[in-house]
Amino acid sequence: MLLDIDNLRVTFSTADGDVNAVNGVNFQLDERETLAIVGESGSGKSQTAFALMGLLARNGRASGRVNFDGTDLLSLTPRQMNKVRSKQIGMIFQDPMTSLNPYIRISDQMAEVLTLHNGVSKKDAIAESVRMLDAVKIPDARNRIRSYPHEFSGGMRQRIMIAMSLLCRPRLLIADEPTTALDVTVQAQIMQLLAEIRDDFGTAIILITHDLGVVAGFCDRTLVLYGGQIMEDGPTDPVFADPTHPYTKGLLRAVPRLDRDDDELLTIAGEPPDMSRLPQGCPFSARCGYVQNVCPRIPPELLAFDGNRRRACHVSKEEVSA
Amino acid sequence: MPAYSSDAERLIEVSHLAEVQGRSLWADARSRFVRNKAAMAGAFILIVIAFFALFGQLIAQYERDMIDFTLIGANMQKGVPSIETGHYFGTDSSGRDLFARVVQGTQISLMVGIVGALVAVIVGTLYGAVAGYAGGRTDDVMMRLVDVLMSIPFMFVLILMLVIFGRSIFMLFLGIGLISWLDMARIARGQTLSIKNKEFVEVAHATGVAPFKIIMRHIVPNLLGIVIVYATLLVPQMIIFESFISFLGLGVQEPNTSLGALISQGASNMAYGVLWQLFFPLGFFVLTIFGFFFVGDGLRDALDPKDR
Amino acid sequence: MTDPILSLRNLSVTFDIRPRGAWPWTQPLKLHAVSDMSFDLQPGECLGVVGESGSGKSTLARAIVGTVPSSGGQINFEGHDLADMTPRQRRVHRRDVQMIFQDPLAALNPRMTVGDIIAEPLVTHEPNVSRADRKARVQDMMQRVGLLPNLVNRYPHEFSGGQCQRIGIARALILKPKLLICDEPVSALDVSVQAQVVNLLRELQRDMGLSMIFIAHDLSVVKHISDRVVVMYLGRQMEVGEAQTITMRPEHPYTQALIASVPIPDPVLERKRARRTLDGELPSPISPPSGCVFRTRCPKAQPSCAKAIPPMLEVAPGHLVACPYHEPENVLAVSA
Repeated sequence: MLLDIDNLRVTFSTADGDVNAVNGVNFQLDERETLAIVGESGSGKSQTAFALMGLLARNGRASGRVNFDGTDLLSLTPRQMNKVRSKQIGMIFQDPMTSLNPYIRISDQMAEVLTLHNGVSKKDAIAESVRMLDAVKIPDARNRIRSYPHEFSGGMRQRIMIAMSLLCRPRLLIADEPTTALDVTVQAQIMQLLAEIRDDFGTAIILITHDLGVVAGFCDRTLVLYGGQIMEDGPTDPVFADPTHPYTKGLLRAVPRLDRDDDELLTIAGEPPDMSRLPQGCPFSARCGYVQNVCPRIPPELLAFDGNRRRACHVSKEEVSA
Repeated sequence: MPAYSSDAERLIEVSHLAEVQGRSLWADARSRFVRNKAAMAGAFILIVIAFFALFGQLIAQYERDMIDFTLIGANMQKGVPSIETGHYFGTDSSGRDLFARVVQGTQISLMVGIVGALVAVIVGTLYGAVAGYAGGRTDDVMMRLVDVLMSIPFMFVLILMLVIFGRSIFMLFLGIGLISWLDMARIARGQTLSIKNKEFVEVAHATGVAPFKIIMRHIVPNLLGIVIVYATLLVPQMIIFESFISFLGLGVQEPNTSLGALISQGASNMAYGVLWQLFFPLGFFVLTIFGFFFVGDGLRDALDPKDR
Repeated sequence: MTDPILSLRNLSVTFDIRPRGAWPWTQPLKLHAVSDMSFDLQPGECLGVVGESGSGKSTLARAIVGTVPSSGGQINFEGHDLADMTPRQRRVHRRDVQMIFQDPLAALNPRMTVGDIIAEPLVTHEPNVSRADRKARVQDMMQRVGLLPNLVNRYPHEFSGGQCQRIGIARALILKPKLLICDEPVSALDVSVQAQVVNLLRELQRDMGLSMIFIAHDLSVVKHISDRVVVMYLGRQMEVGEAQTITMRPEHPYTQALIASVPIPDPVLERKRARRTLDGELPSPISPPSGCVFRTRCPKAQPSCAKAIPPMLEVAPGHLVACPYHEPENVLAVSA
């Protein structure tokens, strides 16, 4: 097992009181596995990733246990965490420009990662960087590595980000909405690239996204978050074919599908939750069509079923599937 | 199969509810400002000083231009600040009550600052907003005019004006009014350029709202945050400016006075051991300036919470 | 067939781009945002416009609304060319054509109450309506778009994204316009809220007899709401046809590539689908490729494609394709 997260909580203290962004998330990730964390805005999906990378905003606190290959990441000093971040866990973001310095050449930015952490000479580092840019299919990498970030298009920048995060051969790659800012045709290219990387490098990937279509084509396992809690978790195929949580089910029905002719989209009433005023019980209860008296009061337990699936709902799965 | 109902049913249930009052961004900013202790302290100081300027004359035991002949020749011994003699802040070198004079000096200084800031806010904001919104050639011409005015050494021109047309408060206000709006116009124009591209302005334009109404309804209210912050920082600048002119002896003329003139007199009499003549006006001057700076900083934090 | 409410004839929009630091008298570069667009919109019809970023779809919307001047061709709204309307006709056009935007919060003035925002078009075009009447109409409209009418005095930042979009819709519809232009109205919203807004737009369109132009990069949403679809690439139309035909039997290689790239939330289907991704990225609209603008990325490109701009061929009634090598293919079909 590569990653074991137990009872992860993230709280932000703001002027208007504490905001609980992640409320007791637990999951495990195997070597080479691809896991999708799906959720809407305010689901806590990005904060989960930031917490385990030690990248929370200054007013955020994480508690619980994040066991990465035997070390508890939450107990590391910022310095140790830096080391883990650069060598063991890579991360790519929605906007590559947040992690690329616009005033430094790509070659220098990439080489720095290697010279700093692996003690490689600058020449070797650049050679390795070119190899990596070739691997992410940047045309004419040998010459273009001398360019500055703004000289590349959005899709190319995302490729550079991927190449950079792979330089130290991390065992885990966290991709936070990597294609949201890109066009569909470019999105398809990037997703294909990520699939090839997974196969070639054997990297485990956590894909954080709101796009169920992207998940369907890419991930082994899907974890659905809502209001900072896990609603449903299981292998992608059964979760999509037979969702057992009202939220998952509602979400799947709310997405218009190109291959289907549904006249009216079924909607989930209401709005995503206000994280500073979550109900005591199930966060989805305010919008749920199956809501029972118990739901807003008592949080449902995340229970395993069918071997490797889990769901957190007071309503029986037969009733939801029906 | 449960109904994934639209919100319609819930709507009907609650539509009889009373109207809810919203919290405007101004209200939000106010509450942030109130929570800022330094800013509140600054505001408190300013209020006290304003009260002092407005009602100080009522407490003063003497007229500001009345010479207390009992003190003549013994200014240094008998002119010291004291409650008994009624000269709370002592007297100046001519035997006039310094308390009354500081009250008047504060009045003039505050007025200069506020008039300067007001001119800047009204003229500068409108000028900048119109230039920015109009864009193109109009913008070019309007802003080049500002550049030209800015490139004139104003202190020099103002001193010349005061010398040629005589020294009067009116001239001083005119001079301050002429320069204070230039920076503001530039700031307002820069902000307008970014607000102009916001979609709500585009909607208004597409709906056919008249350009002047767009400026007044959509641009100016969104400029005000920055304008107010800049204006509060402009007030002390104007006060310092006036003090400098008065320090040179070109500003307010006797028997009227301003903080700058008082400081100038106090400084020149320092050698005679009448330090109170310097310290009282200087104290009010410094407190006023600090007050405005603290309030300005607080307003900036309150109105622009992004970089918190 | 009735007269179209809107008809575009060879519409072009170009922008002057001045390279930074250039002298004021140097010739500016031309950015071709929209080139040679022609289509008709029937009353009560919803026309979808699909394209990736840089395809010129937003510029097209703004040209129709009249906030961006056209540089060639005609935009006829109810028979009048936008370019030579009398002030009176222009006023009518402004009232009858309304628009909603992608970023719902940015489209609302943060300093105004929701009631004032929705009432603004009313105040502008019907200044004689009494205050009480105006308020009643605003509240009625709010209810219609699914907002609580007692929230009139709230400010935009107190609403969620979906609610802000509803406010934008209420403002656009308060004058009962004839044509509503939606520029990516749901792409900034959460998935569960997207469906609400799409359904609301459809419902309003039916009830009010609106004609609609629905612009989006997401073909799934466009297909869902539109009767007909125009596919744009680099400012030009590639294919026009019924929504059903465009998705199930696309003829243009670009449309086919676009559909092949859209992920479908069905893992079994996704695994079996033909993987066909386009190489490269959008060329610069300042110097678009000669001939067919898509040829640099087209799998079917021939040397002849560089020579002339391919004309729109009518392959079936109402189905036009700008490609001489067109052939129908159901890209969604699962390969064995």
